[in-house]
Amino acid sequence: MTRINGEPINLVISGVGGQGNILLSRLIGRSLLKKGYLVSIGETLGVAQRGGAVMSNIRISEKMPFGPLTPEGKAHLIVSLEPLETLRMLSRYGNPEVTTLTNFRPTLTVDVLTRKDKYPDYAALKQAIDTLSGTAFFLDATAMALKLGNPIITNVIMMGALIGLDMIPLTREDIEAEIKASFSADRAELNLTALAHGIDAIAAGT
Amino acid sequence: MSTIAGTTTGTREMMMGNEAIARGALEAGVQFVTGYPGTPSSEIVETVARSARETGVYVEWSINEKVAAEVAAAASFAGLRTLTAMKTAGFNVALDFLAHLGYSGLGKHGGSMVVVVCDDPEGHSSGDEADSRWFAQTEGAPLLEPDSPQEAKEMTTWAFELSEQFNCYVMVRSYTRLSLASGPVTLGRIPEIGKKAQFDTSQETISPYMPKPSHVRQHQRLASIRPLFERSRFNWYQGPEKPELLIICSGIGTRYSLEAVGALGLEKSVGILKLGTLWPFPTKLVAEHLARTRRVLMVEEVDPFLESHAKILAFDSPAVSKDLKIYGKDSGHIPAEGELNPSIVMKGLAELFGLDYTIREADYERKISTAVDKLLINRGVAWCPGCPHRASFWAVKQAIRKDGRDGFPTGDIGCYTLDVYPSGSQQIKALHAMGSGVGLASGFGKLAQFGLEQPVVAICGDSTFFHASIPGLINAVRNRANMVLVLLDNSATAMTGFQPHPGTETDILGEAAPVISTEAICRSIGCHVEVSDPFDIKGTTAKLLRLMKEDGTKVMIMRRICELVRMKEERTFPFKVWIDAEKCRGEKCSFCTRFFKCPALPWDRETGKAVIDEATCVGCGVCVEICPPGAIFREVTA
Ligand code: SF4
Ligand code: SF4
Repeated sequence: MTRINGEPINLVISGVGGQGNILLSRLIGRSLLKKGYLVSIGETLGVAQRGGAVMSNIRISEKMPFGPLTPEGKAHLIVSLEPLETLRMLSRYGNPEVTTLTNFRPTLTVDVLTRKDKYPDYAALKQAIDTLSGTAFFLDATAMALKLGNPIITNVIMMGALIGLDMIPLTREDIEAEIKASFSADRAELNLTALAHGIDAIAAGT
Repeated sequence: MSTIAGTTTGTREMMMGNEAIARGALEAGVQFVTGYPGTPSSEIVETVARSARETGVYVEWSINEKVAAEVAAAASFAGLRTLTAMKTAGFNVALDFLAHLGYSGLGKHGGSMVVVVCDDPEGHSSGDEADSRWFAQTEGAPLLEPDSPQEAKEMTTWAFELSEQFNCYVMVRSYTRLSLASGPVTLGRIPEIGKKAQFDTSQETISPYMPKPSHVRQHQRLASIRPLFERSRFNWYQGPEKPELLIICSGIGTRYSLEAVGALGLEKSVGILKLGTLWPFPTKLVAEHLARTRRVLMVEEVDPFLESHAKILAFDSPAVSKDLKIYGKDSGHIPAEGELNPSIVMKGLAELFGLDYTIREADYERKISTAVDKLLINRGVAWCPGCPHRASFWAVKQAIRKDGRDGFPTGDIGCYTLDVYPSGSQQIKALHAMGSGVGLASGFGKLAQFGLEQPVVAICGDSTFFHASIPGLINAVRNRANMVLVLLDNSATAMTGFQPHPGTETDILGEAAPVISTEAICRSIGCHVEVSDPFDIKGTTAKLLRLMKEDGTKVMIMRRICELVRMKEERTFPFKVWIDAEKCRGEKCSFCTRFFKCPALPWDRETGKAVIDEATCVGCGVCVEICPPGAIFREVTA
């Protein structure tokens, strides 16, 4: 995982306010810190939480604490809970080598609801994400979460998929331990199941 | 979230900047903490509150920032260690008091007082991106600016020592990318806190009442702090002995500068002078470094504060080269507006070295812009499904329309500010600071004698009402202004994270507290007050219309709890709601989606009818009232 020039790993997590990307960045941050990495997380909070576009910049280094924002065009990995938000992050942080992992479950914007805007054609959007990514993974984590009985765990399924990609220095066990430490027993159970489903989805080839 | 008091000394934890500031205060033995909520500052007071039972620290959400500063200052006059925290907009409110406190100092046996101000470069959650550092200079307050959560913790602890030693309040400047960012923080020991407060009545009045001698003392104080700042470990230099170019930076500019120098491979030519103690400006230290180079790049957020001082200093320093050039905001190498990021510093630096800095290959860049042009749409913010404000503004709109005199609302700061976004009803015609809606309406309400026939409706929330609207309302009554204040009472400071306020039943620790009635206040001032549930849209509209036609200052309280607070408490959907596709007039009407705009009520392009989105609808049932043909139905849930 060490990079040339001691450069950090830049992970971007994006989505829509209320989808729970902050939980992901916190779980990842805490687990990485325990393993001795220097992590900086930059986050959107405040007004964007009311249904706006939100993102977390997670910068993982062995050398020094970096600032909480990634330079333009320098993401290694973009994990997005919503496809339009993958594209938004690609436009800022994308590059020909970037890996993207997208929950392909569009959340319409208010302007689409009120018919001022049109949500992009799904196939075209997928195509664009694919073209702009070095490697693009898609899954419908929301559908998987609904099957498990609760849309709220979509984010943890995505966390599983992220672990499945094996691109950040965290193992399944690391995240499992963090989940057990952060939730009550029954909620931990549900989240562990969600995590496993995400990991399996990647193993099964998405 | 990191627990605060319990954690063991020496362990490392991920902490938000705001949590680290709180931790730093606790490690300094803080006893008394106040503030008023506002992004990006709220978590400082909240973090201390989480530990309050364990540590015995007193914590309050004050009515506004000025009172917060006064309450904290009183405790410091009585010898305690106090902290008050606020965002920049609120700092403006507190300045009236803090300006004078900067002269008077903290009294004879004063304790310490730390004022944390959180700026919001880029205005992510604010109406401005003002740089509060200038005020440290005008108020004569020592000023520290941390570059990371770890340093935020250490500086806050040190700020208490400084304050105690020099008998003045010390300002710690934070900013969004510190306050809301997280990083590793090594924890220190939290001491047992002392409990004794005593005010020495033998001392003279603590006051700047003799301004000139106080001002002289203030300058002497700063002069005695300066040598300490010159050798503070929060200022450091890294780089060659005589750098080809010197970066002078503070705050987050430090992290980005380190990264930029590394990324461009300029370690051998560029030196970095990082400043953490900004006021009094460490002139000797900076002058020494200016003398060793001919080119300087200033990297700071937002205004050219250090840049101005470096330029003044260069002018005054004989050892500095006559050819010295200082680049930064004035020269355009760093943008004069908005927040910094590493790319900005890389660009500026590359330009000064004549290096090529391209973010991405042209081919990829082209692909990006095609995709962005064709596919990327904006994602605006909106009131939550079930939010009472949507219904309240709907009633306001109907009443203004029925009144027929081209009336208009003035607005205020809170969730209801979202009205100005495309997702809102976009009625608010003037929007500034906390309480300004009422003040403006009081002015508009006096324009009849100049021929203004349009009625004005001020709109504010409950927390905002307590914070700054009451004087404006008294002013309107006293001066017989014609206006209606619509008070949106949703029992929370919702925008900043549902903090309690004087009108809610519990305080910051969740303990029962005296409730102050907005209604009783308005009546006692002499306003005609009406109360209505905004979900009764017709009744609310009729009441408001009547008030608009009456002379004088009137208040219409629209009362319904914030939907997110209700959901947390009740965890139920009141109604099952559905649309009868047969009855929905589709394209010919589309009233609900075009004007009411609940995010849970989308348009189905295929059928050309409105639908209820089951995943997001919270079953508030209010849309039933606004559908002209009555195609939306609801049924009480079991
Ligand atoms: S948080 Fe509450 S007050 Fe704010 S938009 Fe949502 S429902 Fe409305
Ligand atoms: S009942 Fe109607 S107004 Fe209320 S949340 Fe559902 S769709 Fe929105």
